[in-house]
Amino acid sequence: MTNHWRDLKNADLILINGANPAEAHPVGFQWFVKAKLDPSRGPGQGGGAKIVHADPRFTRTSALADTYLRIRTGTDAAYFGGLINYVLQNNLIHADYVRDYTNASWIVKQGYSFQDGLFSGYDKTKRTYDISTWAYETLPPANPGDTFARRDPTLQDPSSVFQLLKAHYARYTPEMVESITGIPKADFLKVAALVGEMGKPDKVMSIVYAVGLTHHTTGGQLIRSAAILQLLLGNVGRPGGGVNAERGHANIQGNTDHAISWEILPGYMKIPAPGQRTLDDFVAQSAPKKSDPNSWNFFGTNYKNFTVSLLKAWFGAAATADNDFAFNFIPKPAVNSSWISIFDQALKGNMEGLLLSGMTATSIGPDSNQVLQGLAKLKWLVVMDAFATTSSEFWRAPGQKPAEIQTEVFMLPTTHWIEKEGSFVNSGRWAQWKDQVIPPQGNARHDHWILADLFDRVRKLYGSAGGKFPDPIKAMTLQYADPLKPTFDELAREINGKDLTTGKQMASFAALKADGTTTAGNWIYTSSYTESGNNMKRRQGVDNPAANDPTGMGFYPNWAWSWPLNRRILYNRASADLAGNPWDPKRPGIKWDGTKWVGDVPDYPPTMKPVTQDPTAWLPFIMNGEGTGRLFSNSMVDGPFAEHYEPIESPIPNPLHASQSESPVAFLYDQAAGRPNRFGKPEQYPYVATSYRLTEHEHYITQHVPLLVGLQPQAFVEVPKELADQKGIKNGDRVRVSSARGILEVAALVTKRLGPMTVGGKKVYHIGIPIHWGFVGIAAERNPELAKHWLANALTPFVGDANSRTPEFKAFLVDIKKIE
Amino acid sequence: MNGINRRDFLKVGAATAGAVAASGLGFDLARANTIKQNLKIAGSQELHSICPYCAVGCSLVAYTRRNADGSTRLLQIEGDPSSPVNEGRLCPKGATAMQLAVSRRRIEKPLYRAPGSNSWVEKDWNFMLDKIAQNFKASRDRTFVAQDVAGNTVNRTEGIAFAGGAAFSSEEGYFATKVMRTLGLVHLEQQARV
Repeated sequence: MTNHWRDLKNADLILINGANPAEAHPVGFQWFVKAKLDPSRGPGQGGGAKIVHADPRFTRTSALADTYLRIRTGTDAAYFGGLINYVLQNNLIHADYVRDYTNASWIVKQGYSFQDGLFSGYDKTKRTYDISTWAYETLPPANPGDTFARRDPTLQDPSSVFQLLKAHYARYTPEMVESITGIPKADFLKVAALVGEMGKPDKVMSIVYAVGLTHHTTGGQLIRSAAILQLLLGNVGRPGGGVNAERGHANIQGNTDHAISWEILPGYMKIPAPGQRTLDDFVAQSAPKKSDPNSWNFFGTNYKNFTVSLLKAWFGAAATADNDFAFNFIPKPAVNSSWISIFDQALKGNMEGLLLSGMTATSIGPDSNQVLQGLAKLKWLVVMDAFATTSSEFWRAPGQKPAEIQTEVFMLPTTHWIEKEGSFVNSGRWAQWKDQVIPPQGNARHDHWILADLFDRVRKLYGSAGGKFPDPIKAMTLQYADPLKPTFDELAREINGKDLTTGKQMASFAALKADGTTTAGNWIYTSSYTESGNNMKRRQGVDNPAANDPTGMGFYPNWAWSWPLNRRILYNRASADLAGNPWDPKRPGIKWDGTKWVGDVPDYPPTMKPVTQDPTAWLPFIMNGEGTGRLFSNSMVDGPFAEHYEPIESPIPNPLHASQSESPVAFLYDQAAGRPNRFGKPEQYPYVATSYRLTEHEHYITQHVPLLVGLQPQAFVEVPKELADQKGIKNGDRVRVSSARGILEVAALVTKRLGPMTVGGKKVYHIGIPIHWGFVGIAAERNPELAKHWLANALTPFVGDANSRTPEFKAFLVDIKKIE
Repeated sequence: MNGINRRDFLKVGAATAGAVAASGLGFDLARANTIKQNLKIAGSQELHSICPYCAVGCSLVAYTRRNADGSTRLLQIEGDPSSPVNEGRLCPKGATAMQLAVSRRRIEKPLYRAPGSNSWVEKDWNFMLDKIAQNFKASRDRTFVAQDVAGNTVNRTEGIAFAGGAAFSSEEGYFATKVMRTLGLVHLEQQARV
């Protein structure tokens, strides 16, 4: 989240897309309701914030919303595109913010185009774009190396980002929105009128999303479309605003930050690429570049400091200026190595071993049957978990023949959350420390102690037997009292980093250096554990709001710690105007008091004067090269502006450009590997399926919790009443849902929550699929026969978003029949 | 802190609710519940945790008591009223966290399944970790690429993948990344994408 959970109470309007917080994040949803019940919030004269829920299914979130829009799954870019067009055509944008705080005035160089669903630079054979034309026109350099962009502050230049944006979204008329999304024009226009009010400086809107936006081959761009709308309305960086991902696991945020992710190093630095021979090559090709003289480009400027400090944390004395700080110890991947790629490589016979910690590949999917084949091709599989999973048990899954599966499987019992201390980071970026409450059950061990012990054994093998490139293995720092059992405290200190000259914990990442005299395991966590102690343990909460929430904005700065630097709202320089006054004095983020910025921890130099007093002051978005929010971005591989593409399996051709219906660069794993694609056509699979969670379960682990299994005891799908009537399906009947990949056999829940819609002139139904069941757990043990086909992801396609390779769990085609 | 501790807070809350809850039964249910609650946690240790499920990050208060044999008993988990995130509230998952915390369904010993076998065999940690370490080294040595075809130094292990981390502490996640990158892994993944 750019903002945080409690901050939702500050909004006037909340758009919820691809999410169902009332059921999936019920306690977080209280802050939405608080905004609704606060008469000082809301459009017009107030009277309470308004909530708009766009979702294919009417949920408890819809029930508490002011407006429910039944939207076809995967079409949110058309919905946001329509809103972008509406605020542009009706001149409802926050004009000052757009001119000064976004890249609207940047001039795009000649050669950029968009036609018939394709941006310039497309290579049909490779299914990729050459993005060199998605760039700014640069000015003749005043100083060598300058790459400053030409700008037109009037925004009238036809090649300006603003004019290109306007032209791009002009196609998203209310009629087109209706045709793509299924939202009736009149309903759309009512919502558009509310959204249009949010460009006023004293109004603010929040957009909240979850995996209903990410789990698409267009996931990255669905979110970009929301971000573009928020920038046009001037709602990014402000309390009550932002673009906010809910996130679904207790520490998914923390461990994304710490880069258990193929493409990044801790703190969102890129993984080095082949051909980057030196640290300087890496920094030159990875760090953002300054495109305006007033851009600070803080991240780009400090990229090398952060990288060297990381290498010093990992490789200690072995990282020296002479060996480029052991830059070559970091592996350089040749190809995408994300989740689906792991199983793709296994299917190809290239993956020998897999370690799964708290993740069950079989259930997570996509395409569980193909994942099972992949697991059976591994030489060895290690499952580190507190409970049996569909991966630890994969070799005896229904239909599998254990005698034919040569994978050696190791089940290692781990401690779970309450048996260990350490921090969990919530979606609002708050790192909250937890105690060890009880000792480990049985012989369970902490995940990282298992890894420390394993590492020690591997290292000893390299010491005694030799082997490939043992240098990093020998050099890795293990400065822990017991190297086999690093404590949470020791690791938290290492993550924060220290000054090697003084031996003191670093207080800020701004002081990290590239000369090898500082360390930081993860620069965005620097200041979480300073000389004054572990700030994540702080507990000054709502017991005393007057003392603990001095601004009254809900920041609670001494409750836990949030990255970066305990800042509660990212980009908060944009919450104030050029002179440093909050856009809405009643809802300040930060404010210039004449000598310094006060309020939240400023996302800006604390004493830098506003640009009205100092023309050399930095632009507000200090982390990117522009210094402004990007309406046009070349950091996406599928287009600088968000565009609506159909899901890979769609009931209709794309109403915008039927010749390029789906994303031209979505990654089709099977096709790329020479396997058949296995996509269904609407003639055989006429219904749109989407998957989701229920309140009572969390993915799969809750299948081991008796009370929760009691509340939601068995697998089911939701079937719209009208369709059920046509198909002779009654509530409680067993049904077979099939896709081109697999089947699901479960009970039918016949409901009015799902209903028909008309898209592209065609009537379309959604089938709703909760994801929680499989062949492991209490419910499956009670009903082993019924549970044979309970894996929701047996249905889902083996495809990925072009940017992130996120699977398309939320939009695919199925058929449904009653099991007689 | 303003001098009101958590138990006082509960009492104040209960007293307010009590005026409403004085029931037809002839006694104050809320007060009875408070007394029952206090008896349950009397003399216990109060610790803090975070809910293990979604990413809202609800704070939990956990009460434990030391048994005569030295073991620790978990008495109660409830929402932490001090938290600016949840202000004491929990959803059905968080409210049943006790059943995840202590469960007869836990795997308590390492289990080994040999290639082609149709059953698990209990093994000790030493057996398991030695065997995994040998597998790890063999796979690393077989699939390690020091230089690619273009002659670039790439130092990567192609044939081993690590995935995990949305449920363990950040410090463990940081350590996992450090170890796996040091071992040359490029296939590194957690729950964010799926």
